[in-house]
Amino acid sequence: MLYRENGQFKSSYRSDQQIFPILQDRIAIGLLLAVAFVAIPLLSSEYLMRAIFVPFLILSLAALGLNILVGYCGQISLGTGAFMAIGAYAAYNFQARIPGMPLVFSLLLGGLCSTAVGVLFGIPSLRIKGLYLAVATLAAQFFTDWAFLRIKWFTNDSSSGSVSVAGLNVFGIPIESPVQKYLLCLGFLVVFALLAKNLVRGAIGREWMAIRDMDVAAAVIGIRPVYAKLTAFAVSSFIVGVAGGLWGFVHLGSWEPAAFNIDRSFQLLFMVIIGGLGSIMGSFFGAAFIVVLPIVLDGLPYWFGIPIDTALASHLTFMIFGALIVFFLIVEPHGIARLWSTAKEKLRLWPFPH
Amino acid sequence: MGFFLETLFGGLMVGMLYSLIALGFVLIYKASGVFNFAQGAMVLFAALAMARFYEWFPKWFGFENKILANVLAFAGAVLVMVVVAWLIERLVLRKLVNQEHITLLMATLGITYFLEGFGQTLFGSDIYKIDIGMPKDPIFVLEGMFQGGVLINKEDLYAAAIAAVLVALLALFFQKTATGRALRAVADDHQAAQSIGIPLGRIWIIVWSVAGFVALVAGVIWGSKLGVQFSLSLVALKALPVVILGGLTSVPGAIIGGLIIGVGEKLSEIYIGPMFGGGIEIWFAYVLALVFLLFRPQGLFGEKIIDRV
Amino acid sequence: MATRKIGEVILDVKNISLRFGGVKALTDISFDVREHEVRAIIGPNGAGKSSMLNCINGVYAPQEGSISFRGQTFSHMNSRQVAEMGVARTFQNLALFKGMSVLDNIMTGRNLKMKSNLFQQAIRWGAAEREETAQRQHVERIIDFLEIQPYRKTAVGKMPYGLQKRVDLGRALAMDPQVLLLDEPMAGMNVEEKQDMSRFILDVNDEFGTTIVLIEHDMGVVMDISDRVVVLDYGKKIGDGTPADVRQNPDVISAYLGTSH
Repeated sequence: MLYRENGQFKSSYRSDQQIFPILQDRIAIGLLLAVAFVAIPLLSSEYLMRAIFVPFLILSLAALGLNILVGYCGQISLGTGAFMAIGAYAAYNFQARIPGMPLVFSLLLGGLCSTAVGVLFGIPSLRIKGLYLAVATLAAQFFTDWAFLRIKWFTNDSSSGSVSVAGLNVFGIPIESPVQKYLLCLGFLVVFALLAKNLVRGAIGREWMAIRDMDVAAAVIGIRPVYAKLTAFAVSSFIVGVAGGLWGFVHLGSWEPAAFNIDRSFQLLFMVIIGGLGSIMGSFFGAAFIVVLPIVLDGLPYWFGIPIDTALASHLTFMIFGALIVFFLIVEPHGIARLWSTAKEKLRLWPFPH
Repeated sequence: MGFFLETLFGGLMVGMLYSLIALGFVLIYKASGVFNFAQGAMVLFAALAMARFYEWFPKWFGFENKILANVLAFAGAVLVMVVVAWLIERLVLRKLVNQEHITLLMATLGITYFLEGFGQTLFGSDIYKIDIGMPKDPIFVLEGMFQGGVLINKEDLYAAAIAAVLVALLALFFQKTATGRALRAVADDHQAAQSIGIPLGRIWIIVWSVAGFVALVAGVIWGSKLGVQFSLSLVALKALPVVILGGLTSVPGAIIGGLIIGVGEKLSEIYIGPMFGGGIEIWFAYVLALVFLLFRPQGLFGEKIIDRV
Repeated sequence: MATRKIGEVILDVKNISLRFGGVKALTDISFDVREHEVRAIIGPNGAGKSSMLNCINGVYAPQEGSISFRGQTFSHMNSRQVAEMGVARTFQNLALFKGMSVLDNIMTGRNLKMKSNLFQQAIRWGAAEREETAQRQHVERIIDFLEIQPYRKTAVGKMPYGLQKRVDLGRALAMDPQVLLLDEPMAGMNVEEKQDMSRFILDVNDEFGTTIVLIEHDMGVVMDISDRVVVLDYGKKIGDGTPADVRQNPDVISAYLGTSH
């Protein structure tokens, strides 16, 4: 009853094509943005901001980028950590070596560097698919792990590959307190999510999905597999690179190559799969799930009053994590996004059963 | 030149270990089309079981004979791996029968995390010893040809012998037994095998058990050399480039691929590494695999990948 | 029967031979297709009909022979080139994009006409939005024509087979093709569905003047709607002419009824 589309007739293609055609959805998004931009900064504790919201926002952005490549274009990538690293270290170099460089520019330029490398590592995708492509992306991951450790130029001659940044500001506004960091990341996320959604519902998005679903038929229609795949890698690595820069600059403050290692790549892939492949919303769901889960698992024993030593706790976390992933893949392989849209379908009929 | 040969042998030994792990991959992929990311975790799990049983069994059952302890520990570990295989088939594989490859891949990643956590919960997370009585002293060979001879670890030689025996046993198993024939049928074509009455579920349990057995042997050999610890499962990730090189569906490919990668890594680290600041071992195998993927994706011995319209 | 005046030769297949390893799929096939006509390719299963279409489309590269389109000759076609030249096709096994809706599937057919670049699409407001709306109009006309309006937002994978075939046709039509290659468009359909599909095909040929090359097994349909017929058997051409001629050709009769080869 609440979610009916009754009376909402579209009289132009343009209104039918908009991102949120249903009025209730538009209201919901408006409320969500209000909560995100106003309520949370005012009401949330500093700890929540720093430990949950900021990582959630940045990882959502990275998951969004990865989803474009894996979910929409069907190209597997196990090297996402590498592209985050490139974005972070490149942004660091721009920021550190060019005096007076605005932060936003450094981050975007970092993203562009990531794009260049992303396109390079996308070239194998023109010849190989699936698991073979996955191994190729692993080459990117391990190579960048090594490069940022051993090639001194990248890290301003730091011996361990670790770098740090300080005194961040955006056009004069300092980015120091958790609220400021949160708002910066939120701003980036909202802008990128909008741009990504536009791409995905436009012609290039259909090209990506066509390549994903059946690339031979796509070629026959006149879609160029080369252009589609390379643009997917390009857009994806750009977003992931910017996310990497945000992760290093805003969340960590100082980092070393291990911050972007293969565990990070797996983590992002899990987000995208659990959240929902081929769904912008899915990226957010997945990021939320993966960010919140370890905290819940860590806290659970205490809530039940059972003390467990930290080593055992971390092993149990691994176990439960792995089991949950398998469970999720069995129960809903299309991710939380599918559960969400099924729930919305049911809601449209509510209170009627069918 | 002597040094070169030593490096070469060292590379061959490491490569052989990679081959053993890759063997497990290939077995599972051939029979069920699943890319088992969890192979490394299986190696760790099996090795942990073996190491701990070796400690515990004498205490629980009150005997001191080391050989008996080793035998019983091995048997126990085999049993454990069979149970693991059975659980994986029942709880995971059966439910994901028709899903896409990426889903199955993710599932094996989930299994990896689970096994790593579970193994350490059950068996502990220190570094454990495996001592199956392999002699640790080095020997010198080819003393006539090179001054001082070339240094080889006796342990490595024994390990190579064990691995060779394992491969021979597997070959016999596949070629000469009825079960082996059924496994080959399933590897060739699931549906056809099913239609002649081969029970797919049971076959998969057998395959994963055999892979588990191979993982155990790999774990024992490696653990005997380096000690059983968490990092074992990370090393196993190296087996991926090995199967790419050798061909995802080829057992001889896994072996030869492993040897090539092992030797290549060691040689490149010593001779090329210093030019780049060292440490190139972590990516050499993958970049080599990448090059292969661009020019010969099916690897040295794999079947050509054909896209059907 | 096509009521349009049949024009000059638009597609000319000359001496095409195609082999897969040791298997000869096509041997020395030559035939032509005239503009605005409905040309059927028939033959028993395995005769090489789909392979022939695949050669025209650039999916397979024949070892020998050439194909001319509007006077331009190619030894083998490139899929995108062929699409740009105005040749569209449906598939025997429905190569639809299962993850997308009907509307999106047909919109992919308009892809060649879309000119906005990546940045314009990212911003969407302005040039890209106008282009989407314009293309949507084209696609809606096709949806009306094929009578699938209620299904436009449905995921293609959820639709019944007959309707999926219509979407396949719609996607090909979206390319504004001059030549339409239809690979068994009526396979698996009941009588009513076949009548609908025949009507659509004839309407396309009638209203838009599209040349149709059609692979079909249903002899009734073939004899009814085609202007000329090519008959293949075991990769060789055994008949070429009007339906009436072909029906009386003794080689064709024995190929279908079966005499010892």
